[in-house]
Amino acid sequence: MQKKTIRFKAVSVLTAAAMLFASCGRSAEEKAANQIIVFNYGDYIDRDVLGQFEEETGIKVVYEEFLTPEAMYTKYKNGTIKYDLVCCSDYMVDKMIKEKEVKEIDYASMEHISNIGDTYWKVSENFDAGHKYTVPYFWGTVGILYNTTMIDKVPDSWNDLWDKQYKNNIIMQNSVRDSFVPPLVLDGCSINTKDEASLRKALDALKEQKDLVQSYLVDEVRDDMVNGQAAMAVIYSGEASLASEYNEDLEYIVPKEGTNIWMDSWVIPEGGRNYNGAVKFLDFLCREDIAQKNFDYVYYSTPNEAVLDGIDEEEKEEDTAIFPEDDVLGRCEMFTYLGPETEELYNRLWKELKVY
Amino acid sequence: MKKLGSRLLAGPYVLWMVLFTIIPLCLILYNAFTNIDGGFTLDNVAAVTDYVNAKPLFLSLGMSLVVTLACFLLSFPLALVLSKYSKNKNSIIVMVFILPMWMNFMLRTLAWRLILLNNGFLNRGLDILGFDPVYLMNTKAAIILGTAYDYFPFMLLPIYNALVKIDKDVINAAKDLGATSFIILKKVILPLSLPGIVSGITMVFVPSMSEFVIADMLGGGKVYLIGNAIEQAFNSGYADVHLGSGLSLSLMGLIIISMVIYKFFDRGEGGHGLW
Repeated sequence: MQKKTIRFKAVSVLTAAAMLFASCGRSAEEKAANQIIVFNYGDYIDRDVLGQFEEETGIKVVYEEFLTPEAMYTKYKNGTIKYDLVCCSDYMVDKMIKEKEVKEIDYASMEHISNIGDTYWKVSENFDAGHKYTVPYFWGTVGILYNTTMIDKVPDSWNDLWDKQYKNNIIMQNSVRDSFVPPLVLDGCSINTKDEASLRKALDALKEQKDLVQSYLVDEVRDDMVNGQAAMAVIYSGEASLASEYNEDLEYIVPKEGTNIWMDSWVIPEGGRNYNGAVKFLDFLCREDIAQKNFDYVYYSTPNEAVLDGIDEEEKEEDTAIFPEDDVLGRCEMFTYLGPETEELYNRLWKELKVY
Repeated sequence: MKKLGSRLLAGPYVLWMVLFTIIPLCLILYNAFTNIDGGFTLDNVAAVTDYVNAKPLFLSLGMSLVVTLACFLLSFPLALVLSKYSKNKNSIIVMVFILPMWMNFMLRTLAWRLILLNNGFLNRGLDILGFDPVYLMNTKAAIILGTAYDYFPFMLLPIYNALVKIDKDVINAAKDLGATSFIILKKVILPLSLPGIVSGITMVFVPSMSEFVIADMLGGGKVYLIGNAIEQAFNSGYADVHLGSGLSLSLMGLIIISMVIYKFFDRGEGGHGLW
């Protein structure tokens, strides 16, 4: 979940401004009792849901958005706004839990929490060991998007990205960790390895591949694939699903060797003022009709089984990016925070690849 | 008193310069010579000798030289032709060349992307005409093309301004004395337009040296310039403002050295302390 749009940025600025004005006059405690401040990625919720929550509970929702996990963290740490709920990606949630920035969630008081499938709790164990601090929201994988009209054989392995036949027809992700996933997985390494020799070996593979690569892109991957610029691209599942809506020749696969999986979850930060309101909102998000609305709007993979059960098999078979086969999750690994030393090494290796 | 009054007029700009040029430069200097713990170090500036930084630096140097040369070769003859028209007529023509600058530079670069893509406008056109496609996108050539296109007006305008200021009588006098067109160009027009050429070259060469946005948009992440290396130092997950500042400083140093060398040759040609 790296590339949410800034479509609602202006709205969030207005919300923040409105909130500042609203804060004049009444005492902070009085206000905190009937409002919650929610911090989420841009364009990552159906906004009707917020109004519905206000109507049903009488708790006002002040909703703010951010672009990157780093931006969220900086603003949260700044402490001016006391967020009651934050939704963010696995490694950042990992960091916040390790820094004891989040409260335990009272799952017992949540009526609809059982809608979240066991599989997803298990995946969350990667950053929330013992399942105490998080509620899963959306998730996805990194895989290969290919154009059926431009390939001879359906790709099923990361090895296909090294097939000389597709010279100048492959798009890679222009971000350090994502681009190291294919060579590390092929080599049988963990994608979170800190071993320099393994990372160097992966770099050699990427250097060898560079001649075949058409471009290293981030936001343009989807557009270029829709326009038929390349035969194959490494891409996030959510983006892949959107791309195949615009061009029906595009198909998404998760390579058989496995891949990276990401999970965005909700946490209740320490600084929040309205714990009960926050838990109520989380429960509300897990409710079937609300989760359905958000799923229809965002259209990323949902961990909500009540929603999943309601979707007919045909739709699931059609869009394997959003509804991966059951065995896919088992082949995936989540990114963890590697620490400054390995980050520096990655940075170095990335430059070596770029100047190669 | 009058003197003080006219000096005060420069006040707003001096304030601007202090806030947005002097202070940032000092910050870069400070960051370049310190490490994360705040201690003095030369590592950040010395990092430029590391091949992952030296290679992009020389690539940037080579590419901006090509861009500058291309801009000059395109704009000098054009400016020469334009300067011969009457004032009213050529102000419209000059405007036509300036017009693209009224549009956002990112949009212009994005348009080049759409033209150069493998199945972009260029190749579709070539296909209709029965030619083989050309794969320019994501190459150095694409970046040079995009950069030259973007900076072309910065070369054209100063040269044009220098050329229209040349007194027609000087040229007529040269003709009277029997000079051929080539001799007039070489001995009269070129030396007299030198101030414009020098500022044109400076205005194209310096910004294209630190270019990274065009390289990102047209190079598909395959061409890594010194601007990209600096950007990565400031902007990546592992942000290192000290390294970024050190590289920026080295880049500035290289530009100053280039300008000094250039000035040296310029003197030899009979220039007269133009800048």
